[in-house]
Amino acid sequence: MLREEPLIFERNPARRTRGGFRLPPADVDDVEPTEVLPADLVRASLNELPDLGELDVVQHFHRLSQLNFAVDEGLYPLGSCTMKYNPRINEQAARLPGFTRIHPLQPVSQVQGALRLMWELSEALRSITGMAAVTLQPAAGAHGELTGMLMIRKALEARGEHRDQVLVPDSAHGTNPATAAFAGFQAVEIVSAKDGTVDLAALDRMMTDRVAGLMLTVPNTLGVFEHRILEIADLVHTRGGLLYLDGANLNAFVGRALPGAMGADALHINLHKTFSTPHGGGGPGAGPVTVSEVLKPYLPVPRVVKNESGFGLQWDDESSIGPMRGFYANFLVLVRALAFIRSLGPDGLREMSEVAVLYANLVRHRLRSAYHLKYDAPSMHEVVFDDSLQAEQGVHNVDIAKRLLDYGFHPPTMSFPLIVHGALMIEPSESASPEEVEAFCEAMLELAREAQEHPERLLEAPHETPVGRLDEVRAARQPVLRWRPGGPAES
Amino acid sequence: MHPWIGAGAEDRARILAEIGKGSVDQLFSQLPQSVQVGAVGVPEALDEASLLTYLEGLAGENLTLDDMPSFLGAGVYRHVQPAAVDAVLGRAEFFTSYTPYQPEISQGTLQVIFEFQTIICQLTGLEVANASLYDGATAVVEAALMAHRIHRGRRDRILVAETVHPVYRRVLNTYADALGLEVETVPLSEDARLDGCALVAAVGEDVCGVVVQSPNFLGVIEDLPAAAAAAHGCGAIAIQVVAEAASLGVLKGGGALGFDIVCGEAQSFGIPAGFGGPHLGFFACREEHVRQMPGRLVGETVDAEGRRGFCLTLSTREQHIRRAKATSNICTNHGLMALAATVWLELLGGSGLCALANSCLSRAAWLRERVATIGGGWRLAYPGSAVFNEMLLLGPGSGPELVERMADEGVLAGVPSRLWGGSWPDGLLVAVTERSSRHELEALVAAMGRVR
Repeated sequence: MLREEPLIFERNPARRTRGGFRLPPADVDDVEPTEVLPADLVRASLNELPDLGELDVVQHFHRLSQLNFAVDEGLYPLGSCTMKYNPRINEQAARLPGFTRIHPLQPVSQVQGALRLMWELSEALRSITGMAAVTLQPAAGAHGELTGMLMIRKALEARGEHRDQVLVPDSAHGTNPATAAFAGFQAVEIVSAKDGTVDLAALDRMMTDRVAGLMLTVPNTLGVFEHRILEIADLVHTRGGLLYLDGANLNAFVGRALPGAMGADALHINLHKTFSTPHGGGGPGAGPVTVSEVLKPYLPVPRVVKNESGFGLQWDDESSIGPMRGFYANFLVLVRALAFIRSLGPDGLREMSEVAVLYANLVRHRLRSAYHLKYDAPSMHEVVFDDSLQAEQGVHNVDIAKRLLDYGFHPPTMSFPLIVHGALMIEPSESASPEEVEAFCEAMLELAREAQEHPERLLEAPHETPVGRLDEVRAARQPVLRWRPGGPAES
Repeated sequence: MHPWIGAGAEDRARILAEIGKGSVDQLFSQLPQSVQVGAVGVPEALDEASLLTYLEGLAGENLTLDDMPSFLGAGVYRHVQPAAVDAVLGRAEFFTSYTPYQPEISQGTLQVIFEFQTIICQLTGLEVANASLYDGATAVVEAALMAHRIHRGRRDRILVAETVHPVYRRVLNTYADALGLEVETVPLSEDARLDGCALVAAVGEDVCGVVVQSPNFLGVIEDLPAAAAAAHGCGAIAIQVVAEAASLGVLKGGGALGFDIVCGEAQSFGIPAGFGGPHLGFFACREEHVRQMPGRLVGETVDAEGRRGFCLTLSTREQHIRRAKATSNICTNHGLMALAATVWLELLGGSGLCALANSCLSRAAWLRERVATIGGGWRLAYPGSAVFNEMLLLGPGSGPELVERMADEGVLAGVPSRLWGGSWPDGLLVAVTERSSRHELEALVAAMGRVR
């Protein structure tokens, strides 16, 4: 796993023509592009892209793949990302030709199975959340957030209200304030109470008639459940606002609690977290949004509908916010999520969350003596330590993270919550064996000892990875964002 | 005991004892009783064999594009699908990893994105490309919002050609409303291209951007230089949308024709139709605007020993740093789809992509010539306009009627042109690709001959 792989553009420098793939035979007469297209729009050549054989290309990606860490390699306890196992049967199902080779604009009579699948997943998500209705459209969590906030905006407009602020706790993920802004609201930060949860007095003060609602993550990014959720929901609703729950951490309570009973008006679900669809090195995910009766009229179109003749698509509805994307959903991601839900069933889903919470508490228990825990409230699916004990030796969370790479584990999340300086957010999820989780704890304890005795080992880490610590400042100050012939990437 | 859950009953009991809890219920005791639930009402668990049978059953209820000759397009195309693409996607090192926030153990993903960015720059003729967006529709939204930002929100109108994909336009309307961006549609002329006079009449000091799709929704190649000139004439950002990325194998990208942003849908590069997703949004712009760009970027750098490496960069534009002032709220993108496109493009190579595009072009030319000979009311709506691989055909009936009657004849002939309205005639949008064999093309023409 230690070989440097050149950029593909550095291969075949003489640009000799080789075929990496054979096209279907030319069985109609060839036309000259300039004969049928405006000559000034026709491309001269594409010779920057090298021509290589199939094996060259396959080797290139094989070697590149070996430079990656992945869930299949070892524990990936990246907080808030829920890096659980991606079951292989789901991958097989999502590759069935009856799913991959269907076009979104075929007549609905030809795609009844696909529509039924979407319907059944919607029903499952409704029952898992206790919410009234669902849209499967959003492509990711942040996209789901925006879908929900645009619905809230529309619902308030329908009431003749023009509220321009949205409250977001200071512990929130960055997408929450960004989403509020893109939904046309001013994001107003609400400071957390001493235990890391929402400060009810502050909420009471800030929840004015300018406020459209509150965006709240449950459990929050500290892994702490908002135990006053009912009072919070009540306060928001009494003041005429709506409650958006960020479901990024839903893995903490499936089969144990219902967001619908918490007073949520909208809640998105990251299928690529809780329901095991792969993260794919950054995506694609899927972020369905479940809503209460209040927001149901505003759901995006097109919607899957059920009628006497089967399933159909409804493209128009005056009250809808409109479509959020091209077509219906990241359908092949939905296939995987439904496979996961059907495989676990009601008991399995409940056990899933129970074990996720159990493991996080095991990590908390084992690491408690070696790492500082700023917020001592009970942990659910994740626990957030910080580096303050190690910082005395000049060792920071980033150093701990880099050294952990040498031990064969993916580091915890460090970039948030912003209310924990030097955060180490650990989410084991439920899929690993206890031995793997314990081995991670051992590594973290060893690191804490190293930080005291040999801080340089952390400061200079990583030592065992394909490249050493990268100069990210240089990358930003002198951006090189593409290869150029003879450019810096080639030298 | 489920195979995807790591701890069995004995393990759980042992861990509970270690952490000093009497029961699992105690771990949830901070949740108010009224939100707790005993179980959720999903169907009972299926073993792996039964699960596959169930899903195969659902898949089996669909008619696939391989079951009869298909000419559906309208933003989703059926191109060659080399086996090597899915083989690479199936490598767990790629599909089971997260966003490459830890570059030292993510060089594979990072280098792939760097190569993807480079290829998109080459194809679009622009200087910077991002690591992907969700799809073509949301890429158009991001471009429009970026044009709005470049003008600091002081110009609140954006002009969008009616020939931009109707779904993309509708999605833009969904987003624009909330941000005070006024979307104004510029009509098409009789040759199915954007009406240049209408565009010139519409531009003004309050216009932040002009959005043109080429090849457009009706398959027609737009007069891109004129559109870019009209945009720049009033200081607006010129945006080209591409919904059929294979066209870039033969057509210049808008960057070479004066456009500031070129974005759209790259599903054509090795991504299955998949009932509409996940597909691949791409986005490229000029270097001067990079700090207003949405989405992740990968840059080149060095490690402590001077070895080349790649990392995410210019992140101060993004939500995890800039929060409410970010250039987009996007976090998870469509990275694995960008990998698919990169493998596909590198397999085909420059000469392969050109050959593929020429094949599309030749097959479209063949079909256009043959349509004229069918009779029975069948004709090209725009016989004088240049197209890449898609065209509007008029026939003996409305678009939806033609779809149905052609399906009865064993051909998936196209997409109804007015499925979402539009001021063009009601007919069929018919797309061909390099996979439309002579045999399939003949079958289409023969079926049209029978539908009168």
